[in-house]
Amino acid sequence: METRLYTRRAVLKGGALVVGFSFAGLPLASAQGVAQAGAAPGRTLDQRQVDAFLAVRRNGSVIVYSGKVDLGTGHRIAMRQMVAEELAIPVTRIELIEGDTALTPDQGSTAGSSGVTRGGVQLRQAAATAREALIARASTHLGRPAAELELADGYVRATGGSARISLGELVGDSAFDVPMNPKARLKDPGTYTVVGQPLPRPDIPAKLTGRYVYVHDFKLPGMMHARVVRPPAVAAQLLDYDAGSIAQIPGTQVVRIKDFLAIVSDDEWAAVRAARELKTRWSEAATLIGHTAVRAWARSGPFTNNEVLVNKGTTAALAGSAHALRAAYYWPVQSHASIGPSCAVADVQADHATIWSASQGTHRYQSAYAQMLGLPREKVHLIYLDGAGCYGMNGHDDAAADAVLLSRALKRPVRVQWTREDELGWDPKGPPQLLEISATLDAAGHIDAWETEMWLPTATANLAHVPLLAPQAAGMPQPVGESTGLIAQNGDPPYRAPNVKVHVHWIAQAPLRPSNIRAPGKVANCFAVESFVDELAAHAGVDPLEFRLRDLADPRGVEVLKKAAALIGWQPRSASESRRATQPVATGRGLAYVHYKNNENYVAIAMEVAVERSSGKISVKRVACAHDCGLMINPDNVRAQVEGCILQTISRTLYEETEFDRSRVTSVDWSSYRLLRFPDVPQLDIALIDRRHEPPLGAGEAATAPVAAALANAVFDATGARLREAPFTHERVRAALAQA
Amino acid sequence: MASYRLIVNGEPRSIEAWDPAQPLLYALRNALGLHGVKFGCGLGQCGACTVLIDGAPARSCTTTIAQAAGKSVTTLEGLGSPERPHPVQAAFIAEQAAQCGYCTNGIVMTAVGLLARTPHPTAEQVKTALAGNLCRCGSHDRVVRAVLRAAAGAGS
Ligand code: FES
Ligand code: FES
Repeated sequence: METRLYTRRAVLKGGALVVGFSFAGLPLASAQGVAQAGAAPGRTLDQRQVDAFLAVRRNGSVIVYSGKVDLGTGHRIAMRQMVAEELAIPVTRIELIEGDTALTPDQGSTAGSSGVTRGGVQLRQAAATAREALIARASTHLGRPAAELELADGYVRATGGSARISLGELVGDSAFDVPMNPKARLKDPGTYTVVGQPLPRPDIPAKLTGRYVYVHDFKLPGMMHARVVRPPAVAAQLLDYDAGSIAQIPGTQVVRIKDFLAIVSDDEWAAVRAARELKTRWSEAATLIGHTAVRAWARSGPFTNNEVLVNKGTTAALAGSAHALRAAYYWPVQSHASIGPSCAVADVQADHATIWSASQGTHRYQSAYAQMLGLPREKVHLIYLDGAGCYGMNGHDDAAADAVLLSRALKRPVRVQWTREDELGWDPKGPPQLLEISATLDAAGHIDAWETEMWLPTATANLAHVPLLAPQAAGMPQPVGESTGLIAQNGDPPYRAPNVKVHVHWIAQAPLRPSNIRAPGKVANCFAVESFVDELAAHAGVDPLEFRLRDLADPRGVEVLKKAAALIGWQPRSASESRRATQPVATGRGLAYVHYKNNENYVAIAMEVAVERSSGKISVKRVACAHDCGLMINPDNVRAQVEGCILQTISRTLYEETEFDRSRVTSVDWSSYRLLRFPDVPQLDIALIDRRHEPPLGAGEAATAPVAAALANAVFDATGARLREAPFTHERVRAALAQA
Repeated sequence: MASYRLIVNGEPRSIEAWDPAQPLLYALRNALGLHGVKFGCGLGQCGACTVLIDGAPARSCTTTIAQAAGKSVTTLEGLGSPERPHPVQAAFIAEQAAQCGYCTNGIVMTAVGLLARTPHPTAEQVKTALAGNLCRCGSHDRVVRAVLRAAAGAGS
């Protein structure tokens, strides 16, 4: 791990600079923020040192340096709670600096629900190490043995005595200079007073009153506004443009770098209009396959390789078995569909650059921009500012690349704001997934042999980052490959099964540039696996809850399944008993379960739906969810994440597919890319299981996984129709009803 | 450059614009620095840009500066502050009814408009009133609770 010193000059660059947030969530700008950031001279980013994560100011308040960021997910309070608990100080005495490449250590991207589980846990260990160091120092100061000292309310004090010394006096404004101790003793969770409390998020009041500075709101003196003019087809080349076509719009300038074309202006509206009205000519390009062809295309290759992920017992007999059940499930290409189109601000100087970005991985993209600028990595400083929720890599990193190119060309700070069409059309997409499952039951109706075959776009090994649009268009060198996240997990049944095989055909290239989208792969895989389990239960004539419980050994899994079933008021019945074919609106309930990544959260979801037979419209009436994510740092944050996981995935399941023709994405607004709306929102009953003695597992993703299967299983329960392809459009529902 | 006069958050303001078709959104965010109002689509489809014009919710991305001239505009900043939030803002804070919070401006403004017309809505009426406001994070359940809380007068 490289060690770099914090340099005050680099941070001062740019004037109205935000480096942190006050406890109230208001940005700490300019002089105030810089003074605070500079409170720990000589700070290191070496993660073997406590100083990489923590600093104490003379007044005794603590600064936490987090490489992981708050994506609207509540990390800002959760990280503070983890540190506050170990150091025995109130959360209000903690400032948090996040995702700043000059100030915070590189803890990896905030993805894969890793914020608390990896980032927070590291901060907690730093705080526990710091506590030991503070007690050792205080022992010298106070002349008392360490065993008689404790931390309380910003002091180290002697137990049962009056001697005490404040944290500020012990280390104020100087370094801890102690290595991280992975064995530093953590507080006993049984004694927690801060962790586990539903403390309010510090950023909410400022966000609710319009004071919060999102990256979209960040301004620099002399900053120009830019809009990128995208080609009408992926991979089209710019032939020429007619500057005269925007002569009537004052104060605009066209920037062209090969096929990268943009308008800049001091006036944002002028840039918007000029980008719309500029006449351009592009080459024809028809390199895409079109969304309707993806499902068939997935099986056709070319494939980079086939990989066997699970191989237990033997599934050889399945292939020729006349008794085997088989079904294929498809999940389409989807957009992150952020409500705010991506935005970034860059200020490129001759020998260094500063970039304000809502990136999930500011450290990761440092090298991408450094390469574009021909600068050493450490001369490129990224500062995280909130964007609209992203749920994976949306357009933020591309917007930052756009801004970098333009600021370099203009020698001015540039703000790039994507349009709605940019975001839905050009954000890297969630990849399509095709799964085929076959299985046989034994004489007693239990799973005997199970095989999952997957067709998934490959993830390129060791890819530095997702290739970005701007350098691509400008003809700059880029890493070659694709990134999708760990999309092959949870392809096996989470129940006892003696013979299981899971294998993947890795497709060489995705139909549209992919990236990680919330719970990568697991949404589709759990949809397939838990729908198929339901098909097996129906085939065996066994109640779906009973079918799962009788072959589920893990008690934490059993608990969430029983809890979700109790919340929905599950009445045991086999599926065939429930269909009321005569009613115009059929209602039913279904459930699904996941042990996320086979080693993280336990989640069960039960749902009640109504299906209007004539139209094929599905209404989700009620969702019950039981959720076990180990230790909950902040149960209200967990609940908010679970709510979001459920509602967002209902939206993805019922409505969402990125549509594209041979040239371009065509679902580029909110009428062609539909989202869940308020009237569609079901009643939510969420039970959070308290497991304070287990490790924290995070809550940003897991509850997405069982949603689609629970929904499809409820539709089956209501109508006998199986939905095996998302989204569950009215047409697909009607088609499935016709076959049921 | 023409000059347009309007009342913003109770104060008379004069805004210069070269184009009478410039959406009010840009005047508020850039000329006046009121960035509580958010750009979400520019198409009138998402509600993120909602403000009150003469007390009624309106989309600032499809309202031109010329149309807004002479009117009274209220933005999120004009409702209340972190120290003295409006009852609807206070109810949202109490319910922690935002995730990223990007959609929240429009939702709060629409809710204020609803409560002015219908002081005691049902949950269904709240959902219907918010049908044109998109939220991707899934804050909906809390939002409905927050609006009902504000209506019950328990927000502050
Ligand atoms: S930004 Fe105005 S409705 Fe979307
Ligand atoms: S809270 Fe993020 S879009 Fe609504």
